[in-house]
Amino acid sequence: MIQYLQNNGPVIQAALSQHVYLALVPVLLGIVVSLPIGYLAVRFNFLYHPLLNLSGILYAVPSLALIVLVPSVLGIRILDPLNIIVALTVYTVALLVRVVADGLKSVDPLVAEAASAMGYRRLRRLVSVELPIALPVMLAGLRVATVANVSLVSVGALIGVGGLGTLFTRGQQLNYAPPIIVGIVLSVVLAAILDGIIVLIQRRTTPWVRAAGRIAS
Amino acid sequence: MKKKNLLGAVGVIGVGMLVLAGCSDPTESTGGSASGGDSETITVGSANFPESELLAEMYAQVLEANGVDVKRSFNIGAREVYLQALEDGSIDLLPEYNGALLAALSDDGAPEGVTSPDDVYDALQDVLPEGIVSLPQSEAEDKDTLSVTSETADEYDLETIEDLEPVADQLRIAAGPEFAERIQGIKGLESEYGLTFKEFVPLDAGGPLTLAALTDGDVEVANIFSTDSAIETNDLVTLEDTKQLFLSENILPIVREDKSDGTVEDALNSVSEALTTENLTEYLAKVQVDKQDSASVAKEFLTEYDLL
Amino acid sequence: MNDGLLSYLLDGSNWQFGATGSIPSLILTHLWYTIQAVVVAAAIALPLGLYIGHTGKLSFIAINAANAGRSLPTLGLIILLVVLMGRGFLPVLIALVILAIPPILTTTYAGIRAVDPAAIDAAKGMGMRPMQVLFKLEVPMALPLISSGLRNALLQVIATSTVAAYVGIGGLGRLLVDGIALNAYERVVAGAVVVAALAILVDLIAAVVQRSVISPGLTGRRVTRRPTKTVPAPSTSPAPTGQPGPGTRTKAPTS
Repeated sequence: MIQYLQNNGPVIQAALSQHVYLALVPVLLGIVVSLPIGYLAVRFNFLYHPLLNLSGILYAVPSLALIVLVPSVLGIRILDPLNIIVALTVYTVALLVRVVADGLKSVDPLVAEAASAMGYRRLRRLVSVELPIALPVMLAGLRVATVANVSLVSVGALIGVGGLGTLFTRGQQLNYAPPIIVGIVLSVVLAAILDGIIVLIQRRTTPWVRAAGRIAS
Repeated sequence: MKKKNLLGAVGVIGVGMLVLAGCSDPTESTGGSASGGDSETITVGSANFPESELLAEMYAQVLEANGVDVKRSFNIGAREVYLQALEDGSIDLLPEYNGALLAALSDDGAPEGVTSPDDVYDALQDVLPEGIVSLPQSEAEDKDTLSVTSETADEYDLETIEDLEPVADQLRIAAGPEFAERIQGIKGLESEYGLTFKEFVPLDAGGPLTLAALTDGDVEVANIFSTDSAIETNDLVTLEDTKQLFLSENILPIVREDKSDGTVEDALNSVSEALTTENLTEYLAKVQVDKQDSASVAKEFLTEYDLL
Repeated sequence: MNDGLLSYLLDGSNWQFGATGSIPSLILTHLWYTIQAVVVAAAIALPLGLYIGHTGKLSFIAINAANAGRSLPTLGLIILLVVLMGRGFLPVLIALVILAIPPILTTTYAGIRAVDPAAIDAAKGMGMRPMQVLFKLEVPMALPLISSGLRNALLQVIATSTVAAYVGIGGLGRLLVDGIALNAYERVVAGAVVVAALAILVDLIAAVVQRSVISPGLTGRRVTRRPTKTVPAPSTSPAPTGQPGPGTRTKAPTS
């Protein structure tokens, strides 16, 4: 194992940086795309169920299939990492739309009314009142989506673009455990770090949650 | 709730996106010396088995030693997949096997009577896609084989693939999933040798799962690659391909025409000349058995034969 | 182009029951693997979750299990176990079980913890012993969360067990892996559609089962068997002064 680590530093490093890139970009894109969609689902009630059902269906499609089919649908070159990014963005959006919608729905209508009464127009109310209240729920969903993404990127190895997943396929082809173990450990650590970052963001942007917790306990 | 905290979070996310968008994809250029401004980057690809990666690594390193900028894109998949990558420009160069490529690119498998390495090479020129050329081939070969354990060979009296014909319906065969549809696979075995196996078990082409299935007795016949040292280690019997279904399988570089120039060709030719079936098997064993990484083994090979 | 992509899915010959490699046989194999994995995972995670939830010890494990489990790369785990243990379904089963335990464990724990302490007090006041409190009160009240965890695990296993085809396992993943190897995208599309449909179908069935199993008191479902008019509660002791016993309370339906 030590020998494997000593000899394969660059390979592992390249795999890791590709993995980080492929995991993060879909999350950021997913946030950008799911916020408006989630908002629409709540604003226009007739959209709520169709959008959420569509999300559920997309989430049920196995990741491997989505990664492979994206090039055919979008006409991208087969090895382009964009395939993984688009596929994972679809997953992230599918997951986050529900979270955003439910988060916004959980805002007490009385609070929203109070804001309107104070003179907040719709957009300002959304940004200053509703989103912040929905933030805890949305950030919790974001944690789930981010961690899931880190795990899903490795599936791309089956078509040659997989970040740490290439360590898995290499280990399988050689019947050799060390690269696989290294890949799993790095993947879990990466997920933990990203999760921790979101928790930190959560604490900074929603300080009232902890305060409420302290008061309640 | 402080508005600036929310804005701050949004700002961080926004900046993050800009940074990532500006950052180039880290999958680019894992190595390669900086060359003159005009020279383009060659992307070297490989198929999803260790020998392909070893050969591709050799190509990559020898090109780098000659001042070419190289990007590596290994472990793509089986031929059906990486050919597509080659055609759409995702990769520019990879190691191939002349007979297998010929069979894959021809509609009904290789033309009749084309079996010697030179014949195969010539026939290959007719079927290569537009913009893709093959460089001179090596004498080193790695063939697809049908292999059985020595016990099975004794039990059914097997020496050649033809000998399988009377008993094939009692035998199970393991290979990669793509084997099922290939002329140099189940289809060809049916049409040329009249073999109908009891069961086809899709595992990994010439890989550890296929080998284990064979040695464990879960299948009787397996598709093992001829340069695999496991054949000797496990006392396997390679059935002779009397009807030349698997042709010759000389290793040769396949490259996009617009990426190939004198430097590239000379560098790759030097590798092809140095490779023999014996030394390939020997160095491959270092990767497959000793679990050394292909980059070091490739470097060892290139140093040994003075190619760097 | 879309016709080409849907061709494998729509080809009747791929749907013959009993034929090896046909879609129905792959579905059955896939379901069989899924059931095995979820049952084993539940057998481990449910008791563990109940114990941790009820006693409050080791809660750290239960709270963080879901997050940790989600971060494990499925493909890596499966491949590692196959390399260490050899071919066959057992290593894959172990990997799938490891992946299915966290959602069940976490939701079981959360469900038990979420039970109204007042109800637990009442139960203890009625003389129930700890085990009775657990099984007669806490479990039924935690059922919504527990069953959602089970549904979650089911969905996860159905979707992620497809990658196991990479190491030779059958099931619907075969369509995906073979399709990729053969560059035959119609198979991949067929696999994707069938897996998604199967996941949704199983989830719907699970939802129905969930609704019928969970006490109506929790779901708010109206049970039309119970009469909705006033029912005098039986008096447990004779009213000493002739006044009406503690009985004539209206018994409203719990909806």
